Amino acid sequence: MATEHAPNASEYIVHHLTFLTNKKQVGLVDWSVFHLDTLFFSIGLGLLGVFIMARLAARATSGVPGRFQAAVEIIVEMVADQAKGIVHSPKSREFVAPLALTVFVWIFLMNAMDLLPVDLLPKIWSWIFGAAGHDPHHAYLRVVPTADLNATLGMSAAVLLLCLYYSVKIKGLGHWIHELFTAPFGAHPLLWPVNFAMQLIEFVAKTVSHGMRLFGNMYAGELIFMLIALMGAAWAGTLGSGLLWIGGVIAGTLWAIFHILIITLQAFIFMMLTLVYVGQAHESH
Amino acid sequence: MNLNATLFAQLVVFFILAWFTMKFVWPPIMKALDERAKKIADGLSAADKAKSDLQLAEKKVVDELKKARESATELRAGAEKQGAQLIEEARQEAAQIIAQARKAAEGEAAVAAQRAKEALREQVAVLAVAGAERILRKEINAQVHADLLANLKQELK
Repeated sequence: MATEHAPNASEYIVHHLTFLTNKKQVGLVDWSVFHLDTLFFSIGLGLLGVFIMARLAARATSGVPGRFQAAVEIIVEMVADQAKGIVHSPKSREFVAPLALTVFVWIFLMNAMDLLPVDLLPKIWSWIFGAAGHDPHHAYLRVVPTADLNATLGMSAAVLLLCLYYSVKIKGLGHWIHELFTAPFGAHPLLWPVNFAMQLIEFVAKTVSHGMRLFGNMYAGELIFMLIALMGAAWAGTLGSGLLWIGGVIAGTLWAIFHILIITLQAFIFMMLTLVYVGQAHESH
Repeated sequence: MNLNATLFAQLVVFFILAWFTMKFVWPPIMKALDERAKKIADGLSAADKAKSDLQLAEKKVVDELKKARESATELRAGAEKQGAQLIEEARQEAAQIIAQARKAAEGEAAVAAQRAKEALREQVAVLAVAGAERILRKEINAQVHADLLANLKQELK
């Protein structure tokens, strides 16, 4: 504790952007590492979301609904309508529509973690970590799972798997492979490699952009919250720092209000793209 | 920005949550929504039916009222007619009774007059005899003049 000093801005941000891991990550890709904070918050929020909805669903009445039931019904109807408009197979919708609902609610909850004060949970965690006898300076915690590329790419990879599954299921394996080589340019043998390359690029681009879009938005949002928190932390009794502090309050308020839109919008976009990609898997070229 | 096993964990969790939602969240809510939609549709159609029923009933009421009014008018006209007929009959009966009574009275009067005439005739004969007695100062034998008297009686008729 003797060496304790207030972190400078870059230390503060780097500290906030470091994941809680089971072991140190070596290199860009390391399949033995888990982000414990991302897993904790994403699984926790996912379970929270679906259990609340399941509890409500178990008591759902077809009579006059309560306010909470009505609110959930609005979301469910919205998802059901979108699914009906995009995925034209009722059989597939039995799974895809609930999946879209899960995606929307889950991502919304994970994004909403951004609205908690940036230092709240990390600070609590550092107390717990310190109380457990570790160095509180190494108590890393990131509370927004969707600002972790692994989480968003994991979900978009799940959507890719769904697309492949429905492609094979709806079109049949033979027809699908045939399509991989003959669409979009034509069935001429010379065009087969080009077609296949195009299809591969399409799948990769879809999946990566799907995950990256959500990650980018939430990562940037989180970063801005941290910068605003730094403004607030500049308070040192002088006039200039006082103005910075006021600026931090105003900017924090505005950004948080704006972020309500972003977290909802990003959850909605991720859900819609999930439906669109699965819908595309049903259509022949 | 590191890629690691979190990705696969997230992928698996994603499917588990989606499966859970498909199993326990989606069907009950959709069922409630569909049931409510059906209830509302039923309610609306019932309201429509009630409305048309009401209109029908109102129409029927108007018809019945009209019919009742008509039949009342008819009844009244019948009653008046019957009343008039009764009065007419009574009048005729009365006239008949009066005529009968008059006839009976006339008959009785005629009989009485006849009787009076008879009585007078008898008395006239007696008076004539008495007068003649007085005139003749002589007793007349009634037995002897019975024929004469009878002739007189006959003439008085």
